[in-house]
Amino acid sequence: MNEVVLIGIIASAISFATPYLYAAIGEMFAQRSGVVNLGVDGIMLMGAYVGFFVALNVPTPGGLWLGLLMAAVAGLLMGLLMSVISVTLKAEQGISGIGLYIFGLGLSSLLFRVTIGTVKTVDGFKPVPIPVLSGIPIIGPALFNQSVVVYGAFLLVPLAWFVLERTTWGLKIKAVGQSPASADSLGVSVNRVRYVCVCLGGMLAGIAGASMSLATVKLFQDNLTAGLGFIAVALVYFGGWRPLGILIGALLFSTINSLQNFMQVLNVGISPDLAVMLPYIITIVALMFPINRARQPAALNKPFERGEN
Amino acid sequence: MKTRNAVLVSVLIALLLSACASGAQPSGGAQPAGGEKFRVAVVMPSAINDVAFSQSMYNALLAIQKEVGADNFEIKYSENMFKVPDATAAIRDYASQGFNLVIAHGSQYKGSVQEIAKEFPKVAFAWGTDVDTFGLPNVTAYTAAAEEGCYVNGVLAAKVTKSKKIGVTGPVEVGDAKTCIDGFTQGVSATDPSIQVSKTWTGSFSDVAKMTEAAKAHIASGADVLTGSSQSVVGSIGAAKDAGNVLWFGTQSDQSSLAPSLVVSSQVYDWVPSLKDLIGKIKSGDLGGETYTLHLNNEGLKMALNSGYALSAEAKAAADAAIKGIKDGSIKVQP
Amino acid sequence: MPPASSATRRKIRAANWNDIAFSLALPLLAVLFALVVCAVILLLLGVNPLEAYAAMITGAFGSVSGITQSIAKATPLLLVALGICIAFRASVINIGAEGQIILGALAATAFSLAFRTLPAWLLVPLTMLAGFVAGAFWGFIPGVLKARFGVNEILSTVMLNVVAAQILLAMLKGPLMDTRGVTAGTFLPQSEQLPEAVWLPKLAPQTLMHTGAIVAVILAFVVYIFLWRTTIGYRIRAVGLNIDASRYAGIRVSIYQMLALTLAGGFAGLAGVVEVIGVQHRLLEGITSGYGFSGIVAALFGGLHPLGAIPASYLFGSLLVGADKMQRAMQVPSSLVDVLLGLVVLFVVGSQYYARKRAARRASTSVTTVEEEAATA
Repeated sequence: MNEVVLIGIIASAISFATPYLYAAIGEMFAQRSGVVNLGVDGIMLMGAYVGFFVALNVPTPGGLWLGLLMAAVAGLLMGLLMSVISVTLKAEQGISGIGLYIFGLGLSSLLFRVTIGTVKTVDGFKPVPIPVLSGIPIIGPALFNQSVVVYGAFLLVPLAWFVLERTTWGLKIKAVGQSPASADSLGVSVNRVRYVCVCLGGMLAGIAGASMSLATVKLFQDNLTAGLGFIAVALVYFGGWRPLGILIGALLFSTINSLQNFMQVLNVGISPDLAVMLPYIITIVALMFPINRARQPAALNKPFERGEN
Repeated sequence: MKTRNAVLVSVLIALLLSACASGAQPSGGAQPAGGEKFRVAVVMPSAINDVAFSQSMYNALLAIQKEVGADNFEIKYSENMFKVPDATAAIRDYASQGFNLVIAHGSQYKGSVQEIAKEFPKVAFAWGTDVDTFGLPNVTAYTAAAEEGCYVNGVLAAKVTKSKKIGVTGPVEVGDAKTCIDGFTQGVSATDPSIQVSKTWTGSFSDVAKMTEAAKAHIASGADVLTGSSQSVVGSIGAAKDAGNVLWFGTQSDQSSLAPSLVVSSQVYDWVPSLKDLIGKIKSGDLGGETYTLHLNNEGLKMALNSGYALSAEAKAAADAAIKGIKDGSIKVQP
Repeated sequence: MPPASSATRRKIRAANWNDIAFSLALPLLAVLFALVVCAVILLLLGVNPLEAYAAMITGAFGSVSGITQSIAKATPLLLVALGICIAFRASVINIGAEGQIILGALAATAFSLAFRTLPAWLLVPLTMLAGFVAGAFWGFIPGVLKARFGVNEILSTVMLNVVAAQILLAMLKGPLMDTRGVTAGTFLPQSEQLPEAVWLPKLAPQTLMHTGAIVAVILAFVVYIFLWRTTIGYRIRAVGLNIDASRYAGIRVSIYQMLALTLAGGFAGLAGVVEVIGVQHRLLEGITSGYGFSGIVAALFGGLHPLGAIPASYLFGSLLVGADKMQRAMQVPSSLVDVLLGLVVLFVVGSQYYARKRAARRASTSVTTVEEEAATA
């Protein structure tokens, strides 16, 4: 196979995986603390819009970074809304998530229509080649010539692992998700931990959206994410609620998507109908193999009431 | 008792709103007496700012309104009506509100128009893209022979590509996405059969990110010219812009604003002449019954060459020849 | 505990009526709250909120077209909601309804086109059965994946939704495409029109309302009887209430969860069938109209009870219809409708907190009342 094509496949897989990684890691934190947030797609859309709007109106490069920051803030606010409804008011989490999704979808489109109007592009984050590493044949240009936003997504994985496995905070999160009653009796504020995790998930989902509108796709349009957030939530299950598992899932998904694109371009005998289904089918099939059989947080989707659990 | 209060409050508010309901009736009922205001309602499956299908119709209506003045021409729209039952309700509502012309701008509205047009014989209906008027005298069908303009695009593309590789990013192989891309491919091979045209289909009309990745795949495989269709195609244009020197050929609307130096030409659907013709007929009492097809030779399809891109004289000549050939029938493009 | 006196029993009964009034008023208040928030947005857009909401209410409830449209919308909502009820009762979340609707619609189309010569009384029920089976199959897959391989159903249903959508497109642009579109050169992603024998009769002329609504309501009662009056139904509910206790009692949890998912898929498939044979009379892209998700909301608004789903589906359908009419009348962007809908869902589902608190208080006070009585007696 042509070297350029191989580089293209890998590079495309890496950039395509970026929003999935941000969103799925964020959702992992929320779910580890016991909250399912199906509204990730709506939060991503708000983050994508806010980041894009800021970048349009504030000159680069400050505009881009400010855009990312404001996208994180927007995601945080959406996460806060979800926390109030699902943690304090103990609502049925699956439904509140869907409500949040519809709300985010509508609000982002509305704000886009009123403040921007037509589809525009931004120059966005440019690729930043890492010295030395980007010189390695094939994987160099594929992996190490991406934008900082893409690097950030991948660096997030070991960072998330560290927080979860090597800090007290991570311990608290896991405790709250596994056995909130015990955690509560040990003095951990269950609801506070959940608030933090859901808001963190929201922040990361907001950044995930901005990663699309500012780095990988570089524009905003209604429903930019087209359901990506739901796939990200599914990837949390695929990855067994562990950062490494999520990374594997995201890369599997994006690599197959990238492969099927190139297969279509090169007219390798697969029908396009089947090709576009491949990433989804293979993700399910992969999970049938008993490798990733981590158990879900025991208190997932169960609101906490002292004295009840 | 808290409950009783809650119920009382709810009932009071509901009553208040109903009172307002009878008081503040939204305007849009019967036609105003006197002036010959022509009232058009349009139902569209995507947003009015989708830089593609819906926008082309909405812009056409706005253009007519600008010409004759808003006092003489009223437009009401419903957008993002991708749920057909909702669109059916919208079409029926508009028909019963005294609009002169109701446009159902989406092929998925076929059944709705067929049913509703029978119930409102005094209202003119137009729908597209299709050629079926159901034999009803108040239904007009419209479509665009997208393959024609895309053929011209193909001719131009064949002339401007240096790598001899062209990429096509399509959504789903149906409708005018299919006819355009088929026409494009014919244009390329008629001009230079040695050029390789690669097609990818994302399987979605709305997924922008997938378009971007598909476009990147073409570019990585050596394509220096891209084309495609649907509102998600902005993703491909973005990828072309990113690569810096990949040229774009557009359809449905003038897409040069998205990449001012890279868009070579766009096929533009100009609904205005057909609309004006239809409106004229309706005003004189003929409610429809015919099919309008946008062709190059009836000014329904226009090639918008981007002034921001310097086209070589030879390329322009080839394009002009192709346009002439299609117009006079010597070149036949298969949809 | 000694039996309560008749005075106490009367007090408890009165309390129950208050509870019902409260549980009806609560979502109404939540909706009002959402309307108030949106009123602010409307004002910012320069639109008169009172006029807008008047249009919404008269649109949904004040006209024949509004009411019949709400019923027409409520039909697939109710069918999906029934499936969701069954699944939720077994503690499984079915987000796969979108895909299951598609499979049902596909089967209904293929079947009725293949057997178009059959008489209506035979074709309609058989087509519905075909659709139910196809949808059930699409629910069976995540069910068996969960039971046999431990694959989480959220993951499998989300993926299968996308796969189903692709299958639909592949069919519509290939074998099922209306040949008239091919000869005319338009290549529309639609099937040919279904034979009239399979069309569901309309309940009122010039409306979208069709007999599917009656079928759906009957099925709601069937599901109620199934869940509360049969052994299988009892076991499904047992699994949902307490997985460990059920296992201990010998109920094979995974089988019943698989069954719940399969049935949920079947009902969603039926929603697809009625849309195709009752409303559209052909298969086309976008046949689901998002009912796979809004059906979940309707199920929850109905308290996850099959009988509650009936009014909930109608009211939710009315909300959707009213919001659309508001958009048309006020010419506001359609995304505003989504904002309103999202807030309604969030606030209604959040407000249930107060209903639960009240129910808990009510339960404890009635117990204390009876205990007090026993102590003073």
